[in-house]
Amino acid sequence: MIFKSLLRACLACLFLSLCTPAFAQADSKALLDSLADANFKQAEEIVGQLAASGDPRVVPALEAFAEGDLYARKSDDAVFITQAAGSKLALIDPLSGESAGEVAKGAMSKIRVNNNLRRVIRSALGGLTLLSPDRNTRLQAASAVLASPSAENLDLVEAALERETDPEVKARMVEARAVSLLSSDRPPEAKREAIETIASLGGRNAIGILMSSAGTLDPSLQEDLDAAIARLESKLAFWDMAQNVWYGVSLGSVLLLAAIGLAITFGVMGIINMAHGEMVMLGAYSTFVVQDVIRSNAPQLFDWSLPIALPVAFLVTALVGLAIERGVIRFLYGRPLETLLATWGISLILQQAIRSIFGPTNQEVGNPSWMSGSFALGGMTVTWNRMWIIVFSLTIFFALLALMKRSAFGLQMRAVTQNRRMASSMGIRTPWVDAFTFALGSGIAGIAGVALSQIDNVSPNLGQSYIIDSFMVVVFGGVGNLWGTLVGALTLGVLNKFLEPSVGAVLGKILVLVLIILFIQKRPRGLFALKGRAVEA
Amino acid sequence: MKISAKFGGALLAAALSTTAFHGALAQEDTIKIGVLHSLSGTMAISETTLKDAMLMLVEEQNKKGGVLGKQIEAVVVDPASDWPLFAEKARQLISQDKVAAVFGCWTSSSRKSVLPVFEELNSILFYPVQYEGEESSRNIFYTGAAPNQQAIPAVDYLAETEGVERWVLAGTDYVYPQTTNKILKAYLMSKGVAEEDIMINYTPFGHSDWQTIVTDIKNFGSAGKKTAVVSTINGDANVPFYKELGNQGIKAEDIPVVAFSVGEEELAGLDTTPLVGHLAAWNYFQSVDADVNAEFIETWHAFTKDEKRVTNDPMEAAYIGFNAWIKAVEAAGTTDTDAVLDAIIGVSVPNLSGGTSTVMPNHHITKPVLIGEIQSDGQFEIVQETAAVVGDEWSDYLPDSKDLISDWRKPMECGNFNVATGKCGGKGS
Repeated sequence: MIFKSLLRACLACLFLSLCTPAFAQADSKALLDSLADANFKQAEEIVGQLAASGDPRVVPALEAFAEGDLYARKSDDAVFITQAAGSKLALIDPLSGESAGEVAKGAMSKIRVNNNLRRVIRSALGGLTLLSPDRNTRLQAASAVLASPSAENLDLVEAALERETDPEVKARMVEARAVSLLSSDRPPEAKREAIETIASLGGRNAIGILMSSAGTLDPSLQEDLDAAIARLESKLAFWDMAQNVWYGVSLGSVLLLAAIGLAITFGVMGIINMAHGEMVMLGAYSTFVVQDVIRSNAPQLFDWSLPIALPVAFLVTALVGLAIERGVIRFLYGRPLETLLATWGISLILQQAIRSIFGPTNQEVGNPSWMSGSFALGGMTVTWNRMWIIVFSLTIFFALLALMKRSAFGLQMRAVTQNRRMASSMGIRTPWVDAFTFALGSGIAGIAGVALSQIDNVSPNLGQSYIIDSFMVVVFGGVGNLWGTLVGALTLGVLNKFLEPSVGAVLGKILVLVLIILFIQKRPRGLFALKGRAVEA
Repeated sequence: MKISAKFGGALLAAALSTTAFHGALAQEDTIKIGVLHSLSGTMAISETTLKDAMLMLVEEQNKKGGVLGKQIEAVVVDPASDWPLFAEKARQLISQDKVAAVFGCWTSSSRKSVLPVFEELNSILFYPVQYEGEESSRNIFYTGAAPNQQAIPAVDYLAETEGVERWVLAGTDYVYPQTTNKILKAYLMSKGVAEEDIMINYTPFGHSDWQTIVTDIKNFGSAGKKTAVVSTINGDANVPFYKELGNQGIKAEDIPVVAFSVGEEELAGLDTTPLVGHLAAWNYFQSVDADVNAEFIETWHAFTKDEKRVTNDPMEAAYIGFNAWIKAVEAAGTTDTDAVLDAIIGVSVPNLSGGTSTVMPNHHITKPVLIGEIQSDGQFEIVQETAAVVGDEWSDYLPDSKDLISDWRKPMECGNFNVATGKCGGKGS
């Protein structure tokens, strides 16, 4: 294998001496082709040589390599960038970018890439694209150098820095230079400055970079290093706290979402509804079906799949809820034990039905682009999906509150639950109010399922994992009070997240349960207990 | 409320499962085997596939003429992810249905629950899932990976190839992750890793809020040393874990995660683009380039009538176990338990990665260890393959078990022979 690449290198040399203008061309081409039968270690060296050549034309090939799109032709070991074209592969010349026809997949072998190689490629690409005419490419390049410090990039960064005019890119390059400088053999003075620059970056990454160089530095710099790390740590302590609160609110919002439908069926109507979790599950499966239809019919609408899934999920689960109420629950009012068993049975039936239709395995529900990734807020990372879920659950909560307090249906609903006979004699058709209230609770659980499909598995067991938490929240918050559900969910979320870092997730969960039991002993009606005659009825 | 609800559920599930699968009447000219996998409840997600795989293997074997000139008949029961029910169903399979051998179980809890039944009634169980070791029974064959066939080679790969020096051992809070992590910790420390460079973290079953833990991992990883996560997180909890990793921007190039419970099947419910490069260690991947594997996948797709169904490691373990049993029965000329137990040791059958697997005297098998990186299509790219490794039931890295060996051949016939004292410590636990 080595012999082959040596031979090829020799041939390249021969070729070079014949026609010098083609120097870079032949060199890069030969190097790329030698990837065909290199192992991971050899490939790393080849990427290093490609980076050192400074030839910007290898950039697309390296990008394709990192993505796993670089293939070698089995017949002659020539290397191509490929794109899937049906059952065939479309070949693209790695240097010129010209199309080179299509071949069957079997005729090509993939040039394998692993994590180490991807790291080396990322760093090489950073160095190679620092001088790109495109501003965003340069910014990315500087970030890449920043992320994988190596002394080799130092000269490249400095050369790029001199020519850089864009302030944002320049700032990033200064940081990238500092990082590269720290691992180079520059004098301690320059490194002291670099430490300051890195420290001003802030965040965990800065600490990581500084600590990784701890052993290699001049002893005189150790003090500066320690001081910089200590400064960073003290700043982070505040942000860690903020991050914890955020995580607590985020967990609270998930609990709120899961519980809010139950706050109606159990809280307002008093039905011990064990099938509540399955309504959430049905909502998640509705999202899956909607996405599936969109994927196969109108992929460009994918980012809209969640807004489209919301009404679908609401309708599906509300109808199922209506059917359950009319078919089973209405015969069992006033018999909580039978209701419990009946709804539990319904939940098992629904689970097994979904298992039979969709299969027992997880279904893939994708995150639309606006729900993927994260952004930095000061010293903490905020993921988009969690943020939107918080917004979403609060929106649902207040919409529901408005419905209960401001609409005629809400008024009837409250009237029926508070004094059924009186409401009935005022001309309210109580059986239908019951049915629609249950359908509403189920529908809300369904749209909660749309949101939860973004962070959890979509499997037939989805509902089971939320049912206990939902009851916990509603009972803790106070049965029959929506505000109680909100405060209960957020309290439990924050409490959980503050216990978790110190005692671990397992013990944290146990402690929360113990605290709730103690609390319920003291206040059996929860945080916000209903008062007055309505309670006795 | 919770207790009565569970009770009700168990009753219903039991009622459903006893009636559902007794269509097939006993016939004298068939040899019966039991398939003991959960088809409902939380474990159905993983075990249903194995049930299908067993039915396919039986069908294929019957096309080839069955065994001992008789057709094989699979008796399928549903223990509904309920550990005590596993023991009940196992007893029913052996005593009532008179099956010759049972293929089944997934979780260690279910295996521990049926173990005394198999020893008492002297039948054979083939257990096809990777497990924590520290067990050896005369009546059980462990065709999945022992820790030295999965966990230790994976850690070696990360240390050697990726230069990892700092380790997060994250797992679900039950026996398999805890034992595996105990072994791994002892192993890493024997390799000179300092205690402060190992972080162990446990989470409850079905944990779905990974924000704090992923942040902890990120912080632990920013100490200037190359860090990796060794994940024994089980089942459904993996999807939210990987989603959180992807969203918080932890790339495999920075902090790779190597998982022992994540295969093709688990990835099927997930967009794997942000996960490219994270690793898994198994003895088989669907992407293995071997003729026998291509044939197996084709049969599987034809059997399930679904081109998208993936294959995975426990399926390969079931395949090896089933074929080894067939071969042993043919060698013994009978399905009698004692004769088969004698005949099966030393039996070699092809595995799906192109080599052969041999049943060893400790009731474990030999197989190669493959390390794969997740690809954007949900498959694995194999980055390392070892030679065949013998499953080690008693770990050499735990003080309690390092002197123990297991050898079920006559005259030793001992599951926990202590080489230090030269005595058999009684029956395997």
